[in-house]
Amino acid sequence: MFDEQSSIRVPEPVHRTMINHARDCYPEEACGLLAGYPDGRLTKAYALTNIAHSPVNYVIDPSEHFGAMRDAESRGWELVGVFHSHTHSPAYPSSTDVALAVEPDWLYVLVGMERIDALSVRGFSIRDCRITEKTLSFDAHS
Amino acid sequence: MMHTIRLPTILRVHAGGDASVTACGSTVGEAFSDLGRRYPALASQLLDPDGSVPVFVNVFLNDEDIRYLKGLDTPISQPSEITVLPSVAGG
Repeated sequence: MFDEQSSIRVPEPVHRTMINHARDCYPEEACGLLAGYPDGRLTKAYALTNIAHSPVNYVIDPSEHFGAMRDAESRGWELVGVFHSHTHSPAYPSSTDVALAVEPDWLYVLVGMERIDALSVRGFSIRDCRITEKTLSFDAHS
Repeated sequence: MMHTIRLPTILRVHAGGDASVTACGSTVGEAFSDLGRRYPALASQLLDPDGSVPVFVNVFLNDEDIRYLKGLDTPISQPSEITVLPSVAGG
């Protein structure tokens, strides 16, 4: 769904939710899911619990994952991606991220926290162990 | 009794590309067994060799995680929706 988009717009509330969740969860990795329309337009970020409670790994709480899916579907959306933070490494998928990527059509957003005063947010597709960066565009005031 | 089983993208290749399939059974395990008869490759993804659900596979009967019910022995008393969700994880 994201293949056809030259740039993926990240609405300000989606951006803010990801950034705030990354900061709130620090020093643990933060994680959550992204909802959007079937054509890939992002509508909402769900800030969810990392049940690994780790600075180097994340596992999204399965019940919260299910709840987010139900909520998205009730609004005519679907889950279209996932975000998580890297607390001490760049906003780029790790080998673990690649190995565990289960949704080839999803957008994988990384929040890099190497500089706490200048977080980096980047998006990727991960398909057949191949990483492709997707251009994200943010609202001017985000 | 016929149930709908919703599949994640990664498993659809084992079910002819369908997002959901149907299966019969009076427990979740029986429904998975019925599914396995028609889609053996799918069954191997949903069940470990010892017959248990893999750690990174989550199964919901309607809105309940079967881990908090009776697992694969969870009875199904009416036509239901079973959702299979892979764990979303990384590092």
